[in-house]
Amino acid sequence: MKAFKVHKGKVAPLHRANIDTDQIVPKQFLKRIERTGFGEFLFYDWRRDQNGQLDPGFPLNHSRHKGASILVTGKNFGCGSSREHAVWALDDFGFRAVIAPSFADIFANNCVKNGVLTIVLSEAEVAQLVERATKHEDYQLTIDLQDCEVRDEHGFSAGFQVDEFTRHCLLNGLDDIGLTLQHEREITAYEAVHPAPVRLVS
Amino acid sequence: MKTRTLFEKVWDQHVVSEAEGQPPLLYIDLHLIHEVTSPQAFDGLRTAGRKVRRPERTVATVDHNVPTEPRGTPITDAIAAKQIEALQQNCREFGVRLFDIDSADQGIVHVIGPELGFTQPGMTIVCGDSHTSTHGAFGALAFGIGTSEVEHVLATQCLPQRKPKSMLIKVAGELGPGVSAKDLALGIIAKIGTDGATGHVIEYAGQAVRSLSMEGRMTLCNMSIEAGARAGMVAPDETTYAYVKGRRFAPRDWDSAIERWKALPSDANAGYDAVVELDAAQLSPFVTWGTNPGMVVPVSERVPELSAMKTDAERNAARRMFEYMGLEPGKRIEHITVDRVFIGSCTNSRIEDLRAAAKVARGHRVSSKVRAMVVPGSQAVKRAAEKEGLDQVFRDAGFEWRESGCSMCLGMNPDILQPGERCASTSNRNFEGRQGRGGRTHLVSPMMAAAAAIAGHFIDVRNWEFRN
Repeated sequence: MKAFKVHKGKVAPLHRANIDTDQIVPKQFLKRIERTGFGEFLFYDWRRDQNGQLDPGFPLNHSRHKGASILVTGKNFGCGSSREHAVWALDDFGFRAVIAPSFADIFANNCVKNGVLTIVLSEAEVAQLVERATKHEDYQLTIDLQDCEVRDEHGFSAGFQVDEFTRHCLLNGLDDIGLTLQHEREITAYEAVHPAPVRLVS
Repeated sequence: MKTRTLFEKVWDQHVVSEAEGQPPLLYIDLHLIHEVTSPQAFDGLRTAGRKVRRPERTVATVDHNVPTEPRGTPITDAIAAKQIEALQQNCREFGVRLFDIDSADQGIVHVIGPELGFTQPGMTIVCGDSHTSTHGAFGALAFGIGTSEVEHVLATQCLPQRKPKSMLIKVAGELGPGVSAKDLALGIIAKIGTDGATGHVIEYAGQAVRSLSMEGRMTLCNMSIEAGARAGMVAPDETTYAYVKGRRFAPRDWDSAIERWKALPSDANAGYDAVVELDAAQLSPFVTWGTNPGMVVPVSERVPELSAMKTDAERNAARRMFEYMGLEPGKRIEHITVDRVFIGSCTNSRIEDLRAAAKVARGHRVSSKVRAMVVPGSQAVKRAAEKEGLDQVFRDAGFEWRESGCSMCLGMNPDILQPGERCASTSNRNFEGRQGRGGRTHLVSPMMAAAAAIAGHFIDVRNWEFRN
């Protein structure tokens, strides 16, 4: 997993609530067996018209948001399907962090596993960031995971909370399967007293 | 001793380790796998030189991509075919049991788990699929995970998990005629919202829940994720035991299993982080009008007016939904015509769902303007329905009778809506494009879907003319 310490990048606003993972990456692109190359499918049905042409009205298609690495969006982002492809698409498109008033549980877990940071800010703070990103050309934010703070160069700053273990894993880019395997003895001991309740292989 | 909820009991029984500064490590009893969310996980194992730790606790099937045309029809989508082949190859290589496309036990992963007796009370169950919450109907702690977590469970049979909060949803009274478990689920989401249970495990309780069959409980728990919940659970009881008993992979030592299961229900006075109460008698057959499952109205009412929305954000979202759905505010739900009807999905494709739909369809004809399909959840459901003659009822009425799979719930196979087509669907998500780009989905119960197919528009099934 990629480490995340301090990131400074351009902001793209997408101020809608309840953006589900079907919008983030539509189902027709879930048949690939690879983990890479999903960026071109990000928000596909919103970014492109029926003929596959880019819709100039969609925020991520504005030239000013080109190269954005921080997405600012509405509450309950990532709801619906558990598809990790949604995170792979955001990551591959260049997003390192998503800022929203709330996230769906599975999506947020999937982000952590891919070194993408989800940051919860208040509705008011998110609205402020959306306004700034819409008004200022080349609007940038700095996300500091060491200090748990988001700030811009125009006086905005806000602290955010992140689970300490998640923060530790992100800061160090740790493979959490490796961490679990450090508990091998405990897992084996658990299995010794908890045999499979059924013979799943008949 | 501290009183505990059903969820807390199952949780406590599965904590392997609680190291300082780390989330608890939870043991996973049963890991269900399908073709869409597993290939990259198996690749990860190969790259790291890891094995599947417990193949005997891992079960795979193909469901999302499979065509519902007669079996043996070649899969024309080369990428879908490759994904199915990848699962076959991975199961062979890692020793995982696969119920393949030609198996008599193939079906939607959340239908076959319970049906084969894999799903049991008190278990922890995960799958790379958000509707894993379905299995909570048995008093199991069952939740959806992403592909990285699939890899984690394959490699370690464990998951590091922060303990979710608990929510009790208590439903008093009984559901009225024509009101089903699906309507109960939609009514709950309408009340608490699509993020109302985020971070929580729901326990459904109360008389209306006790009265539900296992199929009904599965429908209810299935939709927990649509309220944002981590999982949904129902305490096991005689209904649960009767369903599990005699199934192929049910416990052989039945008496000791029952003894364990009887200890699972929440203790009297156990505390919850949140409590929601509903009266079943207040619920109607519901229809969703918007593009998330919380946009619910009784069939007898109208698409809401903008003035009913509280905030600018809600009004803006509603305008988008009206435009996408091709609806005007204030339109009567019963005046909305449909082009397609889909009866199926992990929410509503079990035998009881098909019986309910067939009861409505019997002796009627599907509207000439509607294309309607019935997709049984599994091969076993299909066989059972055919044994009862339900397939004939559907065929006689003009419904297509298909092979089992996820089908038009998410349209990864060829069953999709065309742009602008409107569908009454028994599935779980009405998101934009879910059933096909530009497609318009209204979520309803199996009875309501069958009635819409025949009438050509939504109609209150409580006024239905049943024929024998």
